Amino acid sequence: MASVLRFRKLCYVESAVKCTSVGYESFEIDEKLDEKEEDVLSANNFALEINKKRKQPKRQPKEWRCLDSCCWIIGYLCTTWWLLLFCYHCLPVTLLRVPELPGPGVRLKREGLTALHPVVLVPGIVTGGLELWEGRPCADGLFRKRLWGGGSFTQIFKRPLCLLEHLSLHYETGLDPQGIRVRAVPGLVGADYFAPGYFVWAVLIENLAKIGYEGKNLHMAAYDWRLSFQNTEIRDHALTRLKSKIELMYISNGYKKVVAVPHSMGVIYFLHFLKWVETPPPMGGGGGPGWCAKHIKAVMNIGPAFLGVPKAVSNLFSAEGKDVSYIRAMAPGVFDSEILGLQTFERVMRMARTWDSIVSLLPKGGEVIWGNMDRSPEEGHVCDFSKKSHSKTSLTTNNVNNSDVKRGFLVKDLANYGRIISFGKPASVLHSSKLPTADSKEFSRTSTSENFNNFSCGEAWTEYDEMSRQSIQNVAADKAYTTTTLLDLLRFVAPKMMRRAEAHFSHGIAENLDDPKYNHYKYWSNPLETKLSDAPDMEIYCMYGVGIQTERSYVYKLSPNSRCKSIPYQIDNSVHGEDGSCLKGGVYFADGDESVPVLSAGFMCAKGWRGRTRFNPSGIATYIREYRHKPPTSLMEGRGIESGSHVDIMGNFALIEDIMRVAAGATGDEIGGDQIHSDIIKMSERINLGL
Amino acid sequence: MSFLRRRKGTDSSKSQNLRCNIVKEDEKNNLYESPRKESYNSKKWSCWDSCCWFIGFVCSVWWFLLLLYNTMPASIPQYVTEAITGPLTDPPGVKLRKEGLTVNHPVVFVPGIVTGGLELWEGHQCAEGLFRKRLWGGSFGELYKRPLCWAQHMSLDNETGLDPPGIRVRPVSGLVAADYFAAGYFVWAVLIANLAQIGYEEKTMYMAAYDWRLSFQNTEVRDQTLSRIKSNIELMVATNGGKKVVVIPHSMGVLYFLHFMKWVEAPPPMGGGGGSEWCAKHIKAVMNIGGPFLGVPKSVSGLFSVEARDIAIARTFAPGFLDKDVFGLQTFQHLMRMTRTWDSTVSMIPKGGETIWGGLDWSPEGSSFNCGAKTLRNNSINNTDQIPNINLANMKNVNYGRIISFGKDVAEAHSSKIERVDLLDSMKADMLANLTNCDIWIEYHDIGDHRIKAAADYKVYTAGSILDLLHFVSPKLMARGGAHFSYGIADNLDDPKYQHYKYWSNPLETKLPDAPDMEIYSMYGVGIPTERAYVYKVTTATDCSIPFQIDTSVEGGSEDSCLKGGVFSADGDETVPVLSAGLMAAKGWRGKTRFNPSGIPTYIREYSHAPPANLLEGRGTQSGAHVDIMGNFALIEDIIRVAAGATGKELGGDHVYSDIFKWAERINLQL
Repeated sequence: MASVLRFRKLCYVESAVKCTSVGYESFEIDEKLDEKEEDVLSANNFALEINKKRKQPKRQPKEWRCLDSCCWIIGYLCTTWWLLLFCYHCLPVTLLRVPELPGPGVRLKREGLTALHPVVLVPGIVTGGLELWEGRPCADGLFRKRLWGGGSFTQIFKRPLCLLEHLSLHYETGLDPQGIRVRAVPGLVGADYFAPGYFVWAVLIENLAKIGYEGKNLHMAAYDWRLSFQNTEIRDHALTRLKSKIELMYISNGYKKVVAVPHSMGVIYFLHFLKWVETPPPMGGGGGPGWCAKHIKAVMNIGPAFLGVPKAVSNLFSAEGKDVSYIRAMAPGVFDSEILGLQTFERVMRMARTWDSIVSLLPKGGEVIWGNMDRSPEEGHVCDFSKKSHSKTSLTTNNVNNSDVKRGFLVKDLANYGRIISFGKPASVLHSSKLPTADSKEFSRTSTSENFNNFSCGEAWTEYDEMSRQSIQNVAADKAYTTTTLLDLLRFVAPKMMRRAEAHFSHGIAENLDDPKYNHYKYWSNPLETKLSDAPDMEIYCMYGVGIQTERSYVYKLSPNSRCKSIPYQIDNSVHGEDGSCLKGGVYFADGDESVPVLSAGFMCAKGWRGRTRFNPSGIATYIREYRHKPPTSLMEGRGIESGSHVDIMGNFALIEDIMRVAAGATGDEIGGDQIHSDIIKMSERINLGL
Repeated sequence: MSFLRRRKGTDSSKSQNLRCNIVKEDEKNNLYESPRKESYNSKKWSCWDSCCWFIGFVCSVWWFLLLLYNTMPASIPQYVTEAITGPLTDPPGVKLRKEGLTVNHPVVFVPGIVTGGLELWEGHQCAEGLFRKRLWGGSFGELYKRPLCWAQHMSLDNETGLDPPGIRVRPVSGLVAADYFAAGYFVWAVLIANLAQIGYEEKTMYMAAYDWRLSFQNTEVRDQTLSRIKSNIELMVATNGGKKVVVIPHSMGVLYFLHFMKWVEAPPPMGGGGGSEWCAKHIKAVMNIGGPFLGVPKSVSGLFSVEARDIAIARTFAPGFLDKDVFGLQTFQHLMRMTRTWDSTVSMIPKGGETIWGGLDWSPEGSSFNCGAKTLRNNSINNTDQIPNINLANMKNVNYGRIISFGKDVAEAHSSKIERVDLLDSMKADMLANLTNCDIWIEYHDIGDHRIKAAADYKVYTAGSILDLLHFVSPKLMARGGAHFSYGIADNLDDPKYQHYKYWSNPLETKLPDAPDMEIYSMYGVGIPTERAYVYKVTTATDCSIPFQIDTSVEGGSEDSCLKGGVFSADGDETVPVLSAGLMAAKGWRGKTRFNPSGIPTYIREYSHAPPANLLEGRGTQSGAHVDIMGNFALIEDIIRVAAGATGKELGGDHVYSDIFKWAERINLQL
């Protein structure tokens, strides 16, 4: 600042006595007479020198142009930045460490816990990294670089179309397209961070390491999450590798059984694995009926999507899943605009529909579980989460009764969660008798005649382009769909995808589990169509967050845009309920962890597998551990240590502590048995499932 | 203003004072016209501003260019390269894919010493924030930031050779462990990329990463590494339709895998319990790259005075100025202390003693290597044996057998003329150590001046007596290492003592497994002068330094002399002499011998070194240097062919440039 002032002064003096530069001789004499201005004189001389100096660079344009200012500012900023950076690096390391909250690892280490059971982590959908092994010319230089997850998504911005092409699978086979090989990144790096700074498993790994876990007793079962589960075995031998790894860890850690920690879709992947491993080859792994009992101590499911996720529906139907695929986050608003002609959504939908795994997340169990046109197990759910978070578990029943009464007066639109897709708000509220019935046969009638009429769009992008306008409108005319009729709907709008995927997944409820058809692998990932293995000492945990609004059903509308290559349906964002209603922006919300509703995460542990049931013939113990969501209190906490949301829960200290205690040898009863905040028990009672 | 001007023009006799006034007014007018701009302009321009301007300008231009570069289509750099060097030859992967080769046998890589990455799992306070970050390999950023902390974490316990309390440093697993050593410095990456071209991927490639600081058996004890390798090989064979694996060890990995093959067939608890057929069932070929089967002379100088040129690449990270005592850093002492805790460095001490490496007055290499000849790379196999004859006249017989000699005259004198004080006598002499006040522990401070002098008085050490010397100067290290490694030649391989694991990594003290269908390749570079023997001197420096150092002032007589800077060089790949890399395949295991009872076929594949023709080639596609050979196209092609199913015969059998067979004849090894 001081120097700037001095410049001002100098300049002022300089211009005032500029005449010296022209005729300084006589002027000098005059000035000398004046004693008072002696100071000025010296200043004059100084200014003169400056003037002389400045005459030399006169060659360059003297005006301070805008460009120069820019350069100056950039240079100034850079220099300051470098200086600060330098200082930062000179500082001793310990000074800079943000005083981190001591994680549960440190505390439990002091308690004397040490590594006992080997731990297997099974990542969920989209969190695992994918890398390129062989690609088209447009992906030059990306060999063994991450296309998905892990580090930079810079490539997505640099060559988006190329990336989309490489991440897509073959539409008919659901395997690699010709000439493209994209594979899962193996090892812990596969899913520790999704993007720089956005942890997935890293916090859990770090805490486990505190009590002595390392490479030899901690394994990440990375798999290509785009494929159907059985295809990961066919293409990559992922299941065989997992089996071999578990056997190795079991032996090399002194015959200690393994604790598996699957997350999100990894839960049903691991369910598939448990069936696969005991099934005789060639379809299975040939481990024999005692394999699970011998090798696995506990399965600690985090945010389990046992019975599917409603988000998967909207994702497949109109690529609007809010974050089942993080792509939306990567493609902010700008991409939606058609000005750029990018048609992001259409491209994303085209890619997502080649991924079999998304179909695995469609709601399972049909109307029995998810409710029909007029009832749903969550009935009576209050969406005012801020109030509800104060209620205590012991008072749950009372509260619900009270709120039921209150709601009767205050809230008029009942949340018909059972209607997972309805066209228009009235269709979502009216009683079923007033609605036209959805008849799946109607679809086939229209489809056969008109399916291939409309080929004016040239290259078909999505299967919507193969549908005629008429049948698109027919779909909307049917008004409301439950989870059962939804499957028919999807079969109608995307016949090829469903044909491909339904060879790998099934979404029903088994009448008779001993029917030999249930030996087929397509039933293995559906907990309602498989028996758990015979391992009475094993434990199954359902650990999930509650207290966050979670998408449960949707109100749709026909998209006004009728041009080619666009998605004809979209969520009707304009539909809102009254205050306190569960309907917001065309979406009905229920309790859950932002992605998975409580119903899907908790039902199997609460009812389907509790005690000896037909799904759990050996009576494997189940525990429900719910974690109430609390947003981070300060910025320093980052994504929160008490978060209950689907991915952030992996940094929840209470959850980490539970996992570590079990890994160090505790049983479910020792960590406190069930811990329930939600209405899951009541919901389960309403579900009429033969056990 | 115009009025004033006119006046000025007409009335020229006015005094200068007036003129000044005019100008003054003129100036004033100007000032009123554009006062802002003028003052603003003149305000800013100074040296500091020029600097800022300049930096800003450079930055902007740089960013602009960067932006251009990034938006440039990817094909341009290649186009430019082609324009300069002419069309590139296809890398072997592309070439062989065109020939129709595809994935066949799964491939296992076994990295060597120092090339594998290590990461931190538990550390002291000073290493906070480094959890699961690389300490070794990658950027080495932490080495510069907190060198002492780094050295502390990289060291092992001096007594047990395992983790020090509170520190857990573990090998990085997966292909990333050793694909690049540092950014841009490939190790396995080129080979992996080429294998991927014909269809290899994660499920058919496996990097057997291990903690290269530990002794081989300790990797099993601490990390169960050998069990993991066994389980992974079994898995790969099972999932690839019973196809046997092709194993590709490099450098020390060669010894490690030798150890593994014995371990896997030995019964538990010492071994893996795979049974005597395991290797025959699971391994198709072992393709050793630059294998120091019989040790490396460099490891001697490394242990003796940390002066090995690159056995620890750490040296390259501690450039010359760090040597100076001025900085008080004592880099070498720190390095020596660190490397001496690593048992694995002991595994590469020359094996086989005087029988293999030569005695006081003879060595198998004799004078046959022309150290000055750069032309060697153009030789075909036919004329290699002519060259020594030509040069024989002006070359003296080099006494390679004397691995360490004190003083040049000693190095060249005949053995009968050297007076030696018996080492054992001085060992019996008083063990009074002068306890110095040095902060840094190295064993030299424990042994005292007497011993140092005695060691120097012994004058000359051969491969046999070098062991005594090392036992003498660093008893703890050798005691620890001696429990895990052995350096002799077995008289009777059936002696039950050879079932102990310490013999498993010495090819002269073990039998190969019973697997007649297996193949063993020795693939290594030739044509680079390689350290083979040293001339030492006793340093005159202060107490707290290493008392011995290579006498770099000693030079050979002529240009072609093999003695340069105190080091006798022989033919090799810059690290491993041909003798060590090739002898087992050329003689020890050739045919049915007692070391190779089932007659496993062996093949020698030598690659003559040719430095990169221009800068664009990077580290060369025909290099024969110890690590750079991993980018040698001919070697990669050989590996890919074998992985795709070819046998050694189909490759062309032996492929020899050096005189290894001649030398092998001179070695009197009972077979």
